[in-house]
Amino acid sequence: MKSGVIATLICAGLALGADAPVLIQNATILTVTNGTVKGSILLENGKIAAIGERLTAPAGATVIDGSGKYVMPGIIDCHSHIMADAINEGSVAVSSMVQMSDVLDPEDIAIYRALAGGVTTANILHGSANPIGGQTLVMKMRWGKNAEEMKFEGAMPGIKFALGENPKRRGNAAPGAVVNPAALRYPATRMGVEDVIREAFTEAKAYKASWDEYQAKTARGELAIPPARNLKLEPLVEVLEGKRLVHAHCYRQDEILMLLHVADEFGFKIRTLQHALEAYKLAPEILAHGAGVSTFADWWAYKMEAEDAIPYNAAILARRGVVVSLNSDDPELMRHLDKEAAKTMKYGGLSETEALSLVTINPAKQLLIDKRVGSLEVGKDADVLLYDGHPLSNLSKVVKVWIDGHEYFDRGRDIEERTKKETEKKALQQKAGAGSHEEESDEGDE
Amino acid sequence: MTLKLPALAAVLAAGLGLAAQTPGAYVLRDARVVRVSGPVMERANVVIRDGLIEAVGENVVAAADAWVIDCKGLTVYPGLIDALSTWGMPSGGGGGRGAPPAKGPEDRPLNASWTKAADLIAPADRVFENVRNTGFTTAVVFPTGNIFSGQGSVVNLAGDRAGQMVIADSVGQYVTLRTNGGRGGYPASLLGSIAYVRQIYLDADHYRTARAIYDKHPEGLPRPAYDRAVEGVLATSRVLLPADHEIEIARMLLLGKELKRNVVLYGGHEAWRTVGPLQQAQTPVLISLKYPAKDRDADPAAEEPLRVLEFRDKAPSAAAALAQAKLKFAFYSDGLTNPRTLAAAMRKTLDAGLKLEDAVRALTLTPAEIYGVADRLGSIDKGKIANLVVTDGDLFAEKTKVKYTFVDGAKFEPLPEQPAQRPAAKGADR
Repeated sequence: MKSGVIATLICAGLALGADAPVLIQNATILTVTNGTVKGSILLENGKIAAIGERLTAPAGATVIDGSGKYVMPGIIDCHSHIMADAINEGSVAVSSMVQMSDVLDPEDIAIYRALAGGVTTANILHGSANPIGGQTLVMKMRWGKNAEEMKFEGAMPGIKFALGENPKRRGNAAPGAVVNPAALRYPATRMGVEDVIREAFTEAKAYKASWDEYQAKTARGELAIPPARNLKLEPLVEVLEGKRLVHAHCYRQDEILMLLHVADEFGFKIRTLQHALEAYKLAPEILAHGAGVSTFADWWAYKMEAEDAIPYNAAILARRGVVVSLNSDDPELMRHLDKEAAKTMKYGGLSETEALSLVTINPAKQLLIDKRVGSLEVGKDADVLLYDGHPLSNLSKVVKVWIDGHEYFDRGRDIEERTKKETEKKALQQKAGAGSHEEESDEGDE
Repeated sequence: MTLKLPALAAVLAAGLGLAAQTPGAYVLRDARVVRVSGPVMERANVVIRDGLIEAVGENVVAAADAWVIDCKGLTVYPGLIDALSTWGMPSGGGGGRGAPPAKGPEDRPLNASWTKAADLIAPADRVFENVRNTGFTTAVVFPTGNIFSGQGSVVNLAGDRAGQMVIADSVGQYVTLRTNGGRGGYPASLLGSIAYVRQIYLDADHYRTARAIYDKHPEGLPRPAYDRAVEGVLATSRVLLPADHEIEIARMLLLGKELKRNVVLYGGHEAWRTVGPLQQAQTPVLISLKYPAKDRDADPAAEEPLRVLEFRDKAPSAAAALAQAKLKFAFYSDGLTNPRTLAAAMRKTLDAGLKLEDAVRALTLTPAEIYGVADRLGSIDKGKIANLVVTDGDLFAEKTKVKYTFVDGAKFEPLPEQPAQRPAAKGADR
């Protein structure tokens, strides 16, 4: 009950916009887009209010001594599957009718752990079981809030595509396995994957045409029955109209080229190529299409199609002008994306700022949220991290995280609360243990 | 030999049934009457005639033909209503076995929306006697086993023929968010189930529109296809959505808003956390009396998260929280049939802070209101169906015994509790 009351008070406070301004002084401020500033940063009314060598604290501000500490923008993970109660609707080749927003779990502890690793925003994706997957969305890691309140307001929705081994797996029986052929699902090959995408967009265009025809008829005063709304095709029409971003899981260069060609032919854009471990072979083509690449620093060879990878992928693409980000696709990796970024300095020789861009401003650009987040600039959302050392060092830790100027993580407070939580748990365990003998069985049931 | 006892019970039951039918009228004299619709009457008479409540009040008298039952020291409540029940329903059902894998919502997987509990009820089900002995006289019964399981019916828990038991035949569509359970085909996940529910209700709206246009001007227009799955969801505007945990309640409130239907949530064990949103939506909640318990086979050494421990600890307090917020809630059996288990669950609820009067209302008038049958059920008022329970103390108290229940004006008397039968006794029969 107590925690409930506290939560209510916190929520009430937030609703009133009651977060006191925060001034961090004497810190090293890594803005990512405007160099490094030795000085202060002021967070006020949910935004970054000022950055400068010397700032005075407004009345009521919390002043934090940042001596020896580093400040950087919140990390953005362009590929995550945390905080969801289901990931794949793999029963069908096109599952664009399903929405990740329907199955969000704002209580997933992975949110808090990601927060502790500096992640403030994540792109919550459907899985890669089918060529066209479900609808996706961008979330802020506002731990303690409900799912609606964690949604990144105004961020464009997305949809997951997948190429290669995963989407064709359901069409193939495992070697030696006895499988009911009816349970196998098309496609079974890369050719089939392409076909599914083409078919789906052909259908989407016909669906759009049926609505256009209906509207034309009613405009002419003719009697017509409206088409039935089709939740599978509506998001694909949105893709064609540029109102929904495509995030495509892919590995090999041949399938990446295939997808870019299909998209060009049907007149839509691939926003990000996800994983894209062979993208380094295709920098000009990717640049020409305008796609971004969201990849791993040095994780590959976990399956055949992830073979021909190099740790220079991100650096090569970045130097060729492609917008590149590093993502986690994993709740554990999600907690150290900063260190993943650092690897590109060793492999590919990126600068500190270039490396940090891969987990901040670049994913923000890919998700079209760079006006709001991704760097420390006056007027942007106060999604800010405080580190006890340089973020790219293995020895540094995140000590505080703010989102919209509200402190969502504090390392010291976390450590303090552990004993309290433990006591609370012990008490409940004891209570449950004492009560267990009274449980009556429902013997009358058959 | 084994035939002997059940045969005897059948004879007894038949006897009771007959005895109940003989008089058309009863007067319950000098009872404490908990009307629910108004203040408690400390000493009043309730007159029953031809299945209805003829009169209730301190000075009402019955005609000379009425059987008089002296109720001094006894309390009369309206008959209890199980707000979401499977009592008397065939078990199993659904599952879509044998059907080819569905390729999407358009194949209408796991759908029996057109089935109606009233058509499936088995009047001879032994469960009815069991639960009547706890004071239940009515249940809102639903077919189960599918995502669109079918339409619920309000039925009285006694009668020779199903048709006589039915009070309202279609009062809601019972939706679950189950999946095909790995048999291949859509939906294989919660993602798919929710999208399916959303699509069906859109299809239903379109079906209605398309039909209306076509029926007016069939010439020159394409003929809309007949769709029994959609006919089924159009049969009732009420939809029951599963929502037990806080996040499920939040999700289903959002989905409910989209469906533009009369939404009722069921589960409700964490409703104490979501009083605010429920108040805003004014959505009624059915609370399952099967309170969460640790799995009997659970690893005793496994560490359970604080959240899980709290979920179990607080579940019985959900009702009290909703009562305090003046929200509509009712209780349901959730598969339980044992009178003692049901009473124990209610005691847990009372121990967790729910007032007895609120508990009684949540088992009588509120479910009647939720399902739109409060004009005939749920309180002790003139003209309502004579469903009553007579006890020798407060309902659910450990020592309270149900003396009589009346269903449609027919009197039932629980047999005195038999000591548990021992194998030795069986041997003696031989």
